[in-house]
Amino acid sequence: MKIIVCIKQVPDTVHVRIDEKTGAMEREGVPAIVNPYDLYALEEALRLREAHGGSVTALTMGPPQAEAALRDAIALGVDEGCHLSGREFAGGDTLATSYALAKGVEKIGGYHLILCGKQAIDGDTAQVGPELAEHLGVPFLGFVRRVREAGIGRIVVERMTEEGADVVESSLPAVVSVVKEINTPRLPSLKGKMRAKSFKATTWNAAALGADEARLGFAGSPTKVVKIFHPEARSGGEIIAGAPAEVAARLAEKLRSLGVCR
Amino acid sequence: MDYFLTEQQMMIRETARQVAREKIVPVRAELDEKEEFPWEVIKACAAADLFAIWIPEAYGGLGGGILDLCIAVEELSKACAGVAVSYAASALGTIPIVLFGSEEQKAKFLPDVASGRRLGAFALTEAGAGSDAGGVQTTAVRDGDHYVLNGTKQWITNGGDAEIYTVVAITDRSRGPRGASTFIVEKGTPGFTFGKKEIKMGIRSSSTRELVFTDCRVPKENLLGKEGQGFIVAMKTLDKSRPGIGAQALGIAQGAFDEAAIYSRQRVQFGHPISSFQAVQHMLANMAIKIEASRALIYSVARYIDSGAKDYSKESAMAKVFPSDMAMEVTTDAVQILGGYGYMRDYPVEKMMRDAKITQIYEGTNQVIRNVIGLSIVKEFAKRAQA
Repeated sequence: MKIIVCIKQVPDTVHVRIDEKTGAMEREGVPAIVNPYDLYALEEALRLREAHGGSVTALTMGPPQAEAALRDAIALGVDEGCHLSGREFAGGDTLATSYALAKGVEKIGGYHLILCGKQAIDGDTAQVGPELAEHLGVPFLGFVRRVREAGIGRIVVERMTEEGADVVESSLPAVVSVVKEINTPRLPSLKGKMRAKSFKATTWNAAALGADEARLGFAGSPTKVVKIFHPEARSGGEIIAGAPAEVAARLAEKLRSLGVCR
Repeated sequence: MDYFLTEQQMMIRETARQVAREKIVPVRAELDEKEEFPWEVIKACAAADLFAIWIPEAYGGLGGGILDLCIAVEELSKACAGVAVSYAASALGTIPIVLFGSEEQKAKFLPDVASGRRLGAFALTEAGAGSDAGGVQTTAVRDGDHYVLNGTKQWITNGGDAEIYTVVAITDRSRGPRGASTFIVEKGTPGFTFGKKEIKMGIRSSSTRELVFTDCRVPKENLLGKEGQGFIVAMKTLDKSRPGIGAQALGIAQGAFDEAAIYSRQRVQFGHPISSFQAVQHMLANMAIKIEASRALIYSVARYIDSGAKDYSKESAMAKVFPSDMAMEVTTDAVQILGGYGYMRDYPVEKMMRDAKITQIYEGTNQVIRNVIGLSIVKEFAKRAQA
């Protein structure tokens, strides 16, 4: 089974700060990591490879330093890494990104399954996976918490819902996005890290992909960011203290007076 | 301190540290409480290739030296010495194969050790043969293509959980210390069973168990080295592994020190964090000095061994004695700094203090190891006097 995993390099949000004046994210000195949800996709791909054989290729789009994300994937045991890089890709929204990834997937070719994390922790849109499937004209299975069966031409998965899960069968190739419930990602191995040290990604620009540049990057992005702002911090609040019965009575009274309940 | 580690050594440190942080720290208290063998953690160590460190590259390993191994042990021990000793015991049990194994023995056993699929264990100690290793009673009698083993080994780390055991037995009692031999015995060999599982003060997640041999037939191909080399195999192995015990002690001490330093900044008494009191600062300073001195000693000795030195019994012994005594002192002080909280199981330092004690006892009590050092000094000076 040939599996492609789409990954994204994101700022480690644990360390992210917002510049209160400009509302922009301070990227300076913030460590870059592989989007945590993508680690679950990588893990699932590696497990499927262990069970069924085949290969796993990691695919990413991003500036030159995003090659580090591919190196991390290699350290986990992925076979190959492909990097879509060039100025033409810069400033792309989810539509332009998914178009670029679709061209990358077609360039790699011969795939049976594409795995993605359900969303990236920086944009949080969860749009790239389904859009990628649409560009490729293959089924999309979102929010998958378990792969029950996978074989050539067929996959059965559990899609997580608020109440439980849907069991869905689909033909392959397909795009599957996964949630963190699906597995526990492995840690990088020493031998993997050593391979990663000398790893060179296969890098493609728009021309190499044969992509329409008008559909890439800022030019190909219908999404326009009008304003980014940091929500105003709310202060104050009221703490009701006292014996539980008394607190409950005063809280109920408060909620009634605010019209929250009657 | 920068110890000018190689790129591989820094990679080992980072990898072991990540395993410790993500896979060991969250479960260590429970493993200790339940005295449960840490299989999940062992699997994580295997997946991270930590078991490949001391195995030559030709057999699926990384071909690392003693320093590489010490670095991994130190990092794992910072989180949990019970886990770390289970890991290190696999090294102790299989270093004899690396050092003395035939091509066939290495090809047969080492790849599975490197991948972590099978654990190793080393079996020398018996009820009557502790510090006095010459008191071994287990016998191995040649019978055609086999040796027949009879006897009981005691306090064997990884006993029951390991699959590859290197066992010291007497093949010719009339030859005294030259009458012992070492055998590779696989779990599942008929006549090889496991006895009492010990309940311990510390390193409780590791398994410590009796090995019982009753007319256990071991193929003659499993003899390590030559007949009569048993104690040489054991002593050469222990010379190599002792800095690893030092590294364990070092890790335990560092773990306890880190807890104490963090706590001292948070704990407020008399209106100030206790880290602002000179009494506490001096304790922290002394702990840090001892830890760094131990690390410098262990790393230097490990590098000396890895440089291809011929005789390093004395240095190797020093790299076990000093750090283990140090770890007992430092963990005791860490509990003291945490005060009443330190004595409670809610904080990890009481476990670290319990874990530290064994490092002064196993792989040679610090008393018998001082004998090794003392004897070596006397010999050295006798030689000088002759010259």
